[in-house]
Amino acid sequence: MARMKFICDAERCIECNGCVTACKNENEVPWGVNRRRVVTLNDGVPGEKSISVACMHCSDAPCMAVCPVNCFYRTEEGVVLHDKDVCIGCGYCSYACPFGAPQFPSKGTFGVRGKMDKCTFCAGGPEKNGSQAEFEKYGRNRLAEGKLPACAEMCSTKALLAGDGDMVADIFRTRVVARGKGAEVWGWGTAYGNSGTATPPAGGAGTSAPNAQPSGGKS
Amino acid sequence: MKARTLLCAAACAAVLALAGCGEKSQDLGTSAKLDAPPYDGTGVASFTAPGWKAGDANSWTQELRTRGQYGQNEYTRILNTTANK
Repeated sequence: MARMKFICDAERCIECNGCVTACKNENEVPWGVNRRRVVTLNDGVPGEKSISVACMHCSDAPCMAVCPVNCFYRTEEGVVLHDKDVCIGCGYCSYACPFGAPQFPSKGTFGVRGKMDKCTFCAGGPEKNGSQAEFEKYGRNRLAEGKLPACAEMCSTKALLAGDGDMVADIFRTRVVARGKGAEVWGWGTAYGNSGTATPPAGGAGTSAPNAQPSGGKS
Repeated sequence: MKARTLLCAAACAAVLALAGCGEKSQDLGTSAKLDAPPYDGTGVASFTAPGWKAGDANSWTQELRTRGQYGQNEYTRILNTTANK
């Protein structure tokens, strides 16, 4: 079974925010909530890079570990999802997540924090696949339609790769070999564990190009 | 006879007491409702990508792999074009 993962190629990201727009549009995400956003690294410094960040669907997800009501679950494909009917909006997951993925919409007149919302890898949630209830709570279930997440499919430079970890690692490795640089994968080691042979490059905090291990280390 | 009964009662009490002290499982569970796997499809043909059969996990995996390669890996197309020249 495939293990779904994201890779953002910092050499290719042009900060167009197409992924953010695609996600907002596809899932009809409310105002104030950004499941995905583009972050600039070393802003203003020559050689600055941009990456697209959302829930990475970690192999050993810290949000799952800290949730007091156990509303999270992991699908067979390695996608970390949660049940909004169980979530109490406490925000612990927000503190635990290294990527700042959990978002909390403001509800009501006084802006009370609502139930947590995050990237679902376009896999919906624990409602009937493709149902109206699923769409309203979690957004579109593209995986059940045989499609990949909208952010990655919409990325104009194909900087954002999504799909089976084995496949996206292969695509990224081919690029690195062809261009001879840019092997750093931001967030890969944090989300999926170091794959053993990967070592951080000198002067950078990223992780080198992942090898072809589909499970990515942990779990 | 009386001693035997007392012994039996004591044994039963000990078993119950020990069972009461048993540690509960601390496995990380989930309170979430069960979710249907994505390869079951949505049942809405108009939005479903062609090329795979709902309910067949292998065809779904293959479809996503093909889609991912076609949409995200331009090197396969470049290499094919170069090879054809």
